[in-house]
Amino acid sequence: MDNILVLTHVDESGALSRASLESVAAGVELSAAIGATLAVGVVAAELSADIPAQLAGLNARVLAATAAELAEPRFASDAAACEALCRHASATIVLAPGSSRFTRVLPAVAHRLGGVTDTHITALTGGTQVEATRWYYRQRVEAVITRTARPWFLLLDAGTRTPYAAKGTAPAIEAVALAMPALRTQVLGIKAPKQDEQTIRPDAKLLFVAGAGWTKKQADGQVHAAEAEQCILGFLKVADSSLGSSKSLVDQSGENQAVLKFMSHLNQIGQTGATPRHAKGLSTCCHGEEPHVVGWRFVNERRAINLDANCGWARGKADVVYIADAFAVMQRVNALLSEKK
Amino acid sequence: MANVFHIVVCSGIVPDPLQTLEPAPGPTLKNEMMLPAVLDPWAASALYEGAALAAKHAGSKLWLLSLGPKAKLQQVMMTVGQKVPFEFVAVDGPLGGFTDATSTAAALAEAIAAIPGLDRTKLLLFGGWESASRGAGVTLQVAGELLGISDQFQGVDEIKVADDGSFEVLERIEGGRHQQSRCQGTPAVLGWATGNLPEPRNSPQVGMANMRGIMPALQKAKSVKLDANSLTYASVSLPKQQRETRLVRDLSPDEIAREIVQWIAE
Repeated sequence: MDNILVLTHVDESGALSRASLESVAAGVELSAAIGATLAVGVVAAELSADIPAQLAGLNARVLAATAAELAEPRFASDAAACEALCRHASATIVLAPGSSRFTRVLPAVAHRLGGVTDTHITALTGGTQVEATRWYYRQRVEAVITRTARPWFLLLDAGTRTPYAAKGTAPAIEAVALAMPALRTQVLGIKAPKQDEQTIRPDAKLLFVAGAGWTKKQADGQVHAAEAEQCILGFLKVADSSLGSSKSLVDQSGENQAVLKFMSHLNQIGQTGATPRHAKGLSTCCHGEEPHVVGWRFVNERRAINLDANCGWARGKADVVYIADAFAVMQRVNALLSEKK
Repeated sequence: MANVFHIVVCSGIVPDPLQTLEPAPGPTLKNEMMLPAVLDPWAASALYEGAALAAKHAGSKLWLLSLGPKAKLQQVMMTVGQKVPFEFVAVDGPLGGFTDATSTAAALAEAIAAIPGLDRTKLLLFGGWESASRGAGVTLQVAGELLGISDQFQGVDEIKVADDGSFEVLERIEGGRHQQSRCQGTPAVLGWATGNLPEPRNSPQVGMANMRGIMPALQKAKSVKLDANSLTYASVSLPKQQRETRLVRDLSPDEIAREIVQWIAE
């Protein structure tokens, strides 16, 4: 019989992250499906009252590895904590959120335990064997995999399932002894744009993608980068959307071309960028070629504005393509949304 | 005191992003050996950052380690070899994303341990934080573990080295932010995201110099078979990508704007 351990961590508020609770829900489902025991492991600097409350009603052991060094994510300290939890639980299957914190350490932890790791899991099913779904070649090929090797670590993509909903009695939490190794790395902090300058909003309903066309010569023969910036930032503000970019646009900053100053490689969507999850996506001035569109795999409803009726979006990659000037359309969209606000 | 780094960049080769991919039994990709290949994009960023770092610190060395079929490695190195100066280390093994990451890591770690003249106390193990094939983010991390490296960073966009050999790293975290850390010094693993450097222009001089090492490296490349570690594929398929696209040609900007605003609100 398998022993499932769900590894979780807290977010900056001290409570378990949403992605952690999604993993807990996956653990509950999978343990029921394959008849496995279930335990939840918490990695935190200290246990806030939120944590037992978030896990209320869970029919599982709850283990915690706590230490001041776990206040910030760091390879050496997090790996030690996760390893201790896995050994204590005698885990044969480990589920965990595919957060930056855990993707940095869990493959190494699996190796320390003689196990194997698969990441970016989007679905799990259990019957006679556990089967995991994941993508290859940057979301271009989908596969269902299974393994008999144990322990098997599975890192689950965020946003792929409903988080665990607490109900009933809060569980008791068992402390797990932790031997912290010597730490050579000091976490200095987080570097982030100011709140009103943050253009990447993972929880936004809408993804707005700007392509290189925004910084090309317009109908009057001139480049209008300043107006483009104003228009795009204006839209992000009134629509509360997240901003994505094509590679060609973010690469321009290194090529001495007109650039949008708020755009960085962090905004890049596609083959060498992110694959965010949003309910809707609106693409503007972007050709919709395959290396970019693979980053839209998890954007459900897609619309595009492009002057070229033969662009990639028009070839079955978007639901609606407006053949129009994005400058003109988006200025009017901004005006309409501002009126509504 | 001068900082000297021994930088090993691990990079696979992947099909050119513009190629159409089709899975075939194995699993593998249909006509995989025929598809034009490129250096894995994030690992390419690692290579350019590694070269810039090595150039800044006199006495530093840069190796590029790649696992793949010799013929494909040779093809890709014809281009990559013109970008930055490096010493090439080749491992002759299977191509593609369907192999097991842990086995790949073991083969890479063994090759790194066997590099003549590599001082592992000065080692910076570079690579992409994820490949464009398997995209697991496992290989580099496990290779680091096998080499006994206890400081690892993933999704790296910047490294700044101080005079005392310590360095600051920016790693990508959720929400378009970076975590800033300071590490006391080598050895360390850095899985790079995009970094800050553009792709260098091809330099025939660099290419000539590199080719003197690339061909012998290919000739003496050790062959490896990668264990599947019990990994079995129940299915491998292409997603249904085709949407019924509605092309809207005849609406004014005002009409389109109204339609978009309504759609956003739905």
